[in-house]
Amino acid sequence: MSEAHEATLVAEQFDDQGQQYQAASLGMWIFLSTEVLFFGGLIASYTIYRYLYLPGFEIGSRHLSVFWGATNTAVLICSSLTMALAVRAAQLRKRKQIIGLLFVTLIFGLVFLFIKFGMEWRHEYMDGLAPALNFTYSGLHARHVELFMIFYFILTGLHALHMIIGVGVLTGLIILASRDAFKTNCNAVEIAGLYWHFVDIVWIFLFPLLYLIGGRYHL
Amino acid sequence: MTEQASHVESKKLYVSIWIILLFFTALTTGVAFIDLGSLNTVVALAIAICKAGIVVLFFMHARHSEKLVRVVIGVAIFWLLILIVISTTDFATRNLLPTPPWLQNQTIVVHHLTPGP
Repeated sequence: MSEAHEATLVAEQFDDQGQQYQAASLGMWIFLSTEVLFFGGLIASYTIYRYLYLPGFEIGSRHLSVFWGATNTAVLICSSLTMALAVRAAQLRKRKQIIGLLFVTLIFGLVFLFIKFGMEWRHEYMDGLAPALNFTYSGLHARHVELFMIFYFILTGLHALHMIIGVGVLTGLIILASRDAFKTNCNAVEIAGLYWHFVDIVWIFLFPLLYLIGGRYHL
Repeated sequence: MTEQASHVESKKLYVSIWIILLFFTALTTGVAFIDLGSLNTVVALAIAICKAGIVVLFFMHARHSEKLVRVVIGVAIFWLLILIVISTTDFATRNLLPTPPWLQNQTIVVHHLTPGP
């Protein structure tokens, strides 16, 4: 391999492509470990308040739509599959496949956000379960149900924010791929994939914590 | 030809992982409607941990990653455990013992388990 060709593949601070890839993925993993604690702090406080006010939290949980929650979990798992396949296409330098698979992932991401905001948040707002905006629930443990809904909106809202950022990243990657930017170096697709799968994992935990463990069998 | 910096998995593996994840999602949703008492929470979290582990190992390529990345993953989980285990044991053990006599006349603000309104 000629000196000039090597220079286009590897930034000057790296010895070779392998080291460049390791630096990129290590950096992403370190960012993701800070994200673990970002969501972990909220989940820890959710756990503590759930322990303190269990009856109210269970009532709140049963007000959520388990159908849309499960559907959204499936949508995210499908998006993770297409993202993993997009990374594989990038590793094999198949440009058309990269664009197609990233586009499908983007669509799945938008479907998730549409269900989250359009089907779930809108109904919870209209049913009077949105704290500060429209909270009319006045049955048993009303204050604790309100606290549950605050946790619900903050946790799903921050997750949705991560999804929106992910959708932006995917859009950027599709534009770059259409300019054939990943012919020599596809690290960007790989670390975007790590981020996308992480956001999927956050939802994998939020779904049982918010929707499922509230004593659904009472209904 | 450029040397492959990362490991390439087969399509078949990704599709089987996808099917397993969808199966676990259906399973955890179904189990939530069966009364297992306090086991419901345990089962839901166990399935979630399995799913997350599968995603990390296969979709995020952790099983082919270098040692340094594995250390970062392990440390992230360890920090998370410190955060959750130590905070929850505090709240879970606050009312285990009666207040000692030499503290009974003092006003101490303790977050007790209170019944809702």
